Amino acid sequence: MSDSILSPEPGVENQASEPSTARRTMTLNMGPQHPSTHGVLRILLELDGETIEKADADIGFLHTGIEKECEVKTWQQVVPLTDRVDYLANLSNNLCYCLAVEKLLQMEIPPKAQWMRVMLTEVTRINSHLVWLGTHALDIGAMSMFMYCFREREEILRLFEMFSGQRMMTSYFRIGGLALEPPRGWHAAMERFSKMMPERIDEYENLLTNNPIWTIRTQGVGQMSLEDLLDLGVTGPMIRAAGMPWDIRKAEPYSSYDRFDFNVPTKTASDVYARYQVRIAEMRESCRIVRQAMDGMPEGAWQADSPQIVLPEREKMKTQMEALIYHFKIVTEGFTVPAGEVYQVIEAPRGELGYYAVSDGTTKPYRVHMRTPSFGNLMALKPLLEGSLIADSIASLGSLDFVLGDTDR
Amino acid sequence: MLAEGIQKMRVVQALEACPGAIVDGKFDRQELTLEIAPDRIVEVCRFLKDQDQFVRLAAVTCVDWYPMEPRFAVVYHLHSISRNERLRLSCRVSGDAPEIDSVISVWRSADWYEREVFDLFGVRFRNHPNLKRILMPDDWQGYPLRKDYPVHGYKYSYPAE
Repeated sequence: MSDSILSPEPGVENQASEPSTARRTMTLNMGPQHPSTHGVLRILLELDGETIEKADADIGFLHTGIEKECEVKTWQQVVPLTDRVDYLANLSNNLCYCLAVEKLLQMEIPPKAQWMRVMLTEVTRINSHLVWLGTHALDIGAMSMFMYCFREREEILRLFEMFSGQRMMTSYFRIGGLALEPPRGWHAAMERFSKMMPERIDEYENLLTNNPIWTIRTQGVGQMSLEDLLDLGVTGPMIRAAGMPWDIRKAEPYSSYDRFDFNVPTKTASDVYARYQVRIAEMRESCRIVRQAMDGMPEGAWQADSPQIVLPEREKMKTQMEALIYHFKIVTEGFTVPAGEVYQVIEAPRGELGYYAVSDGTTKPYRVHMRTPSFGNLMALKPLLEGSLIADSIASLGSLDFVLGDTDR
Repeated sequence: MLAEGIQKMRVVQALEACPGAIVDGKFDRQELTLEIAPDRIVEVCRFLKDQDQFVRLAAVTCVDWYPMEPRFAVVYHLHSISRNERLRLSCRVSGDAPEIDSVISVWRSADWYEREVFDLFGVRFRNHPNLKRILMPDDWQGYPLRKDYPVHGYKYSYPAE
């Protein structure tokens, strides 16, 4: 087919009759299986030597129809689906979806649940940035960074397992609060983690920040202006590295973020190095937020007091008739959500994550659209890559910090 | 006619510059949704971006209200960082031969979002430079997110219609 993404320009291949000094470009596939594309992303490159003349991203290899699937599950059953959208920052997705539905229900969440959500979402942010840092540094050649980051990530995954029983796809936040009561001993485990993490971030900075190889590979690479980035739909740390201190946690606070004291790190260089600095600083800020959440954790209920939506306690369900009936209705039919539509945004580790939830008054969502940050960020791939060298393109791709599950859903 | 509370809102007053573009409006759960006539969408978006600081297009998506007509509601989520304000625009497009103008000339980020709406719902965007399928394979038949497309898909990809 003449308009297929596979066939190159017609003029390029019919070079038989032209002199061999004519300039030719080579069409090369980067991906979908490639260690540096961070997932199944296919980039069709037209190369002139090492320089990329054209770059076209081809996504959709990880499309699993999650949005369609949401329409056949009850509202609470959608929560485990959301874990798998951005599979490196699971609790962020859970949080955004739960907040969206709670906004539709106009439900009040008790402070303890809100603070636990904040604490665990910030741990998720550290988790996501660790994977980013490890894989980004690995692509550029700093292999030991990968090992260090994943060592810390093991601690985080153990924490998640302690809370929810699952290392990654925790589904720990539910509509109405948390899925399970916070486990005994969580404070001690969080204490160990929050004491250890800032020192480890210092270690990472020791390795990379003033490292001449790192600075040569990342400074001045992948520069884009703020206007271009905003116009292309980029959000998150890339915008903050271009100078605009826009963070949804500060601008449109949700889930008690306005009660926490943290900074929004910003740089102005808008290159790969600036994005690295911003994300490292964000990890430190997340540690501060976790510390504040641990120290000030309110007492009280970890689920909203809404018998029609939140499942009753197990023991009550076994002894009280009303609780049994509620449990039965909620589990078999599901709860209904008043008709309407809502667009809830949060600051996910990758940028603006928005869930557009439409309800028609029944027990199942009518439409759930996930405005995922990686989809927007990947639109910047074409201008970012065109004109750069292949080696620089690897660094730029890493700085975009996209996840294909987030992009394709 | 718009409800009084909606008529008084700042954005609606500003949109007097595009008379007759707003068909309906609602303010629900602290979010403003304006229904815009589909043939005026580019004009309204250009006005909102240039004159009203809605610098960002957060997302373009679609809701299939089958079997109600007009079937598709193309939904635009706008964001003004300087005003810290969000706005939702909705355009109802009919089910047979659904078409609407592309807003890519206003925000470049409409590019992939409109391709996704085309891919999953079949709504064509006029003047889009590259309206191809983006998530599904290039030769897929049918539009998966439509309400009359089964969740489990078809075993073989033959035409859905």
